[in-house]
Amino acid sequence: MRPFSLSVLTLVAASLAAPVLSDGHSSKALEAAAKARNANMSMIGYHMGVLGSMAKGEAPYDAALATAAAENLQAGAAMSRIVLYLEGSEQGAVAGSRAKAEIWSDSAGFEKQAIAFETAAAAMVTAAGTDLEALRGQMQALGGTCGDCHKPYRGPRN
Amino acid sequence: MRRIVRTLIVLIVLGVAIGLYLTQPRTLPDGFTAGTAADPQAGALIFAAAGCASCHTSPGAETDGMPVLAGGQAFASDFGTFYAPNISFDQTAGLGGWSLDEFARAVTLGVSPRGQHYYPAFPYAAYQHMTAEDVANLFAYMKTLPGDATPSRAHDVGFPFNIRRGLGLWKLAFVSDDYVMAADTETLARGRYLVEALGHCTECHTPRNAVGGLDRSRWMAGAPNPSGKGTIPNITPAALDWSEGDLVEYFTSGFTPDYDSAGGKMAEVVENLSRLPETDRAAIAAYVKALPAVP
Repeated sequence: MRPFSLSVLTLVAASLAAPVLSDGHSSKALEAAAKARNANMSMIGYHMGVLGSMAKGEAPYDAALATAAAENLQAGAAMSRIVLYLEGSEQGAVAGSRAKAEIWSDSAGFEKQAIAFETAAAAMVTAAGTDLEALRGQMQALGGTCGDCHKPYRGPRN
Repeated sequence: MRRIVRTLIVLIVLGVAIGLYLTQPRTLPDGFTAGTAADPQAGALIFAAAGCASCHTSPGAETDGMPVLAGGQAFASDFGTFYAPNISFDQTAGLGGWSLDEFARAVTLGVSPRGQHYYPAFPYAAYQHMTAEDVANLFAYMKTLPGDATPSRAHDVGFPFNIRRGLGLWKLAFVSDDYVMAADTETLARGRYLVEALGHCTECHTPRNAVGGLDRSRWMAGAPNPSGKGTIPNITPAALDWSEGDLVEYFTSGFTPDYDSAGGKMAEVVENLSRLPETDRAAIAAYVKALPAVP
């Protein structure tokens, strides 16, 4: 009887804890994290777009505007991942998430790509204010870091 | 009674004979590879356009430098899990002992040198359109890549799909010799060759029926991700309004018009396409723009 009542106790405890998932984040918190990540990616994309249109010659080169865009982009790239990439907020588990489970199962690899992005974004601040040629060159390096991370760590659209 | 039994036996024997005949692995047309050159440099472009490395390198392998085609990537499906085989030119583990004709039969007809059908996870339904010249150049290029002794892993496929002979029926039903799209300009014809033959884009972008045949009436209209979560997008004009310039940019840098970037398997496709001449990327863009809109 004793083991039985113990297991019942465990079950009760587990059901009480259900809204709070294994890592201590509620499903609401996980969803909010995914939403915030997507918003940050939109911000990054916007500023990439400002720089990209100058690189492609669709917009005139403007050192001040380019620097501002690069600074905002750098801020987005430097957002702390500890709070944005909550464990359990992967694609399939949380609505709107396209984060692959590999972000957590291969956290060292993910961190390496994220730091490469941060570094390239920081270099863009200097390049963007230098001249159009420098901006173009750094655009390639920076763009490469997007793909390098999205390839292993982002799933297709939901 | 005896007559009924005899008729039944005759019918069964006949049925088996017809079945065996229909599911027979095909052989190459006579002289298919005759007179082809062996240009590894041209083959490198075929290798990129056909995306060979995207599936046949080992899981998580670096994409810089010479690809090692050791195989091992897993492809989960409704029929079981397929493991990409070792197609490096290692003598025992890979294709080291293969002749050009054996290679051509494998690539264009989906039949192994031992005369067995390959599973259509290997996109021979697309590669069947590959020209003999391109097959020969591809063979020459792949020979220059490093060999690897890792043995191929057996597929994990249950009954009845583990009976390879049955794949002959699948081929009869779903491997059509015809292209899907008409191509009345040289650019469109080149785009069609790159998309429908080499690039095998439709393997992911077109939905399938219950037994894995492509639904040609919903060509490129998007499908569930064959191996994982999410969906592969509809790229017909009903869902994709990018200009040809936008498409070429995406195939070159991976950037969408709003500066999202390609991810997952498509990031590998972009890596491959960026190695092709710009005219080829433009031809693919022209083909995509010419697709009939499927909502």
